[in-house]
Formats: sequence, structure tokens, C-alpha cells
Amino acid sequence: MFRRCVVIVCSLLIYSVAAVAAELAQVPVPELRAPVTDLTQTLTPDQIQILDRQLRGFSERTGSQLAILIVPTTQPETIEQYSIRVVETWQLGRKKEDDGVLLLVAKQDHSARIEVGYGLEGVLTDATTHRIIRQVMLPNFKAGRFFEGLTEASTRLMQLINGEVSPEQVSAPEADRRGRELPWPLLIFIAIVGGGLARVWFGRVAAAVMTAGLIGLITWLFMGSLLITLLAICFAFLFVLGGRGHGWGSGGWASGGGGWRGGSGGFGGGFSGGGGGFGGGGASGRW
Amino acid sequence: MMLMRIIVLGALLSLLSACGYNRLQQTDEQINADWSEVLNQYQRRADLVPNLVSVVKGAVQSEKEILDSVVSARAKVGSIQATPELINDPQAFSQWQAAQGELSSALSKLMVVVEKYPELKSIAGFTDLQAQLEGTENRITVARNRYIESVKNYNLIVRQFPSNLTAKMFGYVTKQNFSVQNEPAIAVPPMVEFGMAGVAASSQ
Repeated sequence: MFRRCVVIVCSLLIYSVAAVAAELAQVPVPELRAPVTDLTQTLTPDQIQILDRQLRGFSERTGSQLAILIVPTTQPETIEQYSIRVVETWQLGRKKEDDGVLLLVAKQDHSARIEVGYGLEGVLTDATTHRIIRQVMLPNFKAGRFFEGLTEASTRLMQLINGEVSPEQVSAPEADRRGRELPWPLLIFIAIVGGGLARVWFGRVAAAVMTAGLIGLITWLFMGSLLITLLAICFAFLFVLGGRGHGWGSGGWASGGGGWRGGSGGFGGGFSGGGGGFGGGGASGRW
Repeated sequence: MMLMRIIVLGALLSLLSACGYNRLQQTDEQINADWSEVLNQYQRRADLVPNLVSVVKGAVQSEKEILDSVVSARAKVGSIQATPELINDPQAFSQWQAAQGELSSALSKLMVVVEKYPELKSIAGFTDLQAQLEGTENRITVARNRYIESVKNYNLIVRQFPSNLTAKMFGYVTKQNFSVQNEPAIAVPPMVEFGMAGVAASSQ
């Protein structure tokens, strides 16, 4: 009996150790501190600085983010599996634009990959990225010219991205679309008619609280943004409390949508992803 | 009095979310989104196949059997209506999965065979198609993994106490996930014997 217990405990222990070991065996994703992360000391500090400046400048100009990562190996995972883990952690690119790109090199595995964010899949198609890998990266890497290969590849990528998306182009329709998502007629109806009726029945303050709550709830459901919801609640509360009628209802609300956007990755000393999404687009190659 | 009512309403609302109702909605919606992405990527692959077949057909005429298996697997995939409702119908789901699996293995056999025909590399568009197919297969893998993950989250909520009561009350049941049983057959690429010597020699 005792012996059986020992066996069970031992096998459980071995099991959990094996599970932990499997977890540990995966190459960890390094922290994103700068556009260029070289874990192999392949690039000299000067070369890193040149690339760093190029990539930072590009992010500041266009908003898209391009990062380079060189690791010794991605084993036991394939380069694709490791690469998607990296971009899920780093979240390169802006949140709604998903315009990030990762250039990944696994030196000992002799493999390289370009991982493309959702928003850039149109410009950097699988075929295009495959061509860059085949024509620019692999020949250079084969000859040991990692800096040249990476510089040229990132230049090509930046040119392609520049050719199609500019930040103004992307963010203008975005603002329009989000503004329209709110059911304005309903909100105005509630504020004027509902608020007015509630004032008659429950008195001024209670009516203002109720209307503001209802409008806040609707705004929150539709927009999911706390800031806009608070703004909406304030407006609705003051509107019903003050009770001036039709005059400024719609005008005041519409302008409320202006100030809260933005919030992409911050730059300066550090370098961090802005919340961009990836779906496995891009290409890989071996040399 | 009014204040009372508002407080009661608020309490009711928060009770609902404590029972996991909101989390249920959230994960359910996440599954729908992830499932659409899975279907989307499989569709993308199916769209590539006719192009690929027409490009390689001329060069690999001697491999008629493999070409035929790709064409028939593609036809089978196309005949199954891939709708979002598929995840709620176990039988249709497994049928669909089997068809996609068949196309996967037929395609991977074809892609191995085409390595025997270096002249294909010079045909315009073939390398691009190859890259597109590789990229799409990778997207499928990513989309499937994300779907598996969100079904796991959802099923946990449906089964766990106390959210299982909420799920039962609103008629939410566990959802289909990808079975791993026939996975090894799909995932393992066929062995290549003929190319190895050449590859080894060229990498020296």
C-alpha cells in the first residue's frame, strides 16, 4: 500500500517536472526595448545604432513599426511558431492599424522570417516578402553579411510600406466610422423626451441621474470606451438638469468625440509595441 | 424611493455579470470571430488551388494521380457549405474537417513532388504561388490555434460553477473543437528520399 503511494507520488512528480521542462525548453521571447534586438552579438554596436536610428525614424514618420530580432535558435519550435509568439507578445504596430512587421533571424538554424501584421498584408504579401527573403536576405546571410542583408531588407520593406499607407489616409475614415457607430437619434430622443418626462414625474435631480445613467449605459455598450461614456454621462446630466431644450443637444455631443483618440506606442528612449495584431502572414526561408 | 430602484437595478445587473453572463457573451463572440478567421483562411487556400494546379499541370503530367487527388479534394471542400453554424453541428463539423484534412495532405504531397521538377522554378508565378500557399498554411495554423484557445476558454465557463448555471439557463452548450486524432496524419509531411543527397551537397 505504502509502496503504491510512493510510486504514484513519484510518477506525479516526474510528470509535473516533465511538463515544466517542456515549457522551459521553448526559447523565451525577449523584452522589446529597442527596434533591434540582437541576442547573438552578430551586429556591432555601430551597426545596431545605424539600424536603430533608421527604424525609429520610420516609426515616427509613418506610425508603422518594424523591428529586427536575431536569436541563436528557435528550436524545438519552428521559426513560424516562435515568430508568432514574439509578435503576440511585442504587438508591433498601432492598435487599429495592425501595421507592424518583424524581421526574425535564427542564426544557428539558418532560417529567417518576415512576419507581417494584418494591416500590412495587402502591401507586403506572402509573395513579396518571400521575394525579399530569397533575393536580399538569404544570399547575404549565406555569405555572413548579416548587417547588409538586414539593412537592405528593411529598406525594401519600408519603401513598400511607404508606397501604400500614410497615417493620414488610414486614420481619417477611422474617425468617421467610429463617430457614426453611436445611435445619435436614440440618444437625443432619450435626452430630450425621456429626460423631459422624467423631470415631470420624478423631479429635476432624479431625472438627470436616470437619463445620464441610461445614456451612459447605451454609450458604453456601443463604444466600450470609459472616457466617452463619462463624457456622455456628464453631458446628459447637465442637459437634463439645466433643461434648456433643443438648442445645443446634438452639437455639443458630436464635438465630444474629438479628443480621446490616439494612444499608440510611445517612443523616445524606449521602444514598445502599440497593440498591433498578427495573423501569421509573411514568409520564411532557409539558407 | 427612486434611488432605491436605481440601486436595485444596478445590483441586478452586477449579479448577472457575476454569474458569468458577460464573460459567456464575450467568449462566445470571440469564438465566432476566430471561427470566421479559420473559414476565411481555408477559403483562401481553396481559392489558390485552381491557380496552382493550372500552373503545375503542364510540368508534372506524369504525376497524374497526385494532381487528381488534389483536384478531387478541392472539389469536395467546395461542395461543403462552410457556414458559421458549422461549429454547432458536430457531424457537419467533422465532415468539413475531414475534407479539409484530405486537401491538406493532397497539397503537401503535391508540393513535395514538384521539387522533382526544377523547371517549374522558372515558370513565372510558380514561386509566388508556392509562397502564397506556404503563407496560407501558416495562417491556417495560427487561426486554428486561436480558435482552439477561445473554445477552451468558453467551454471552461460553460462547465465551471457557477457560470454553468447561467449557461444552462440561457441555453449555451459546449462548442466543437478541432480533434487531434487525425492530426498526425495531416501534420507530418511525407518523407523525401530523393532530394536529400542534393540538399546535403548544396549546403556544403
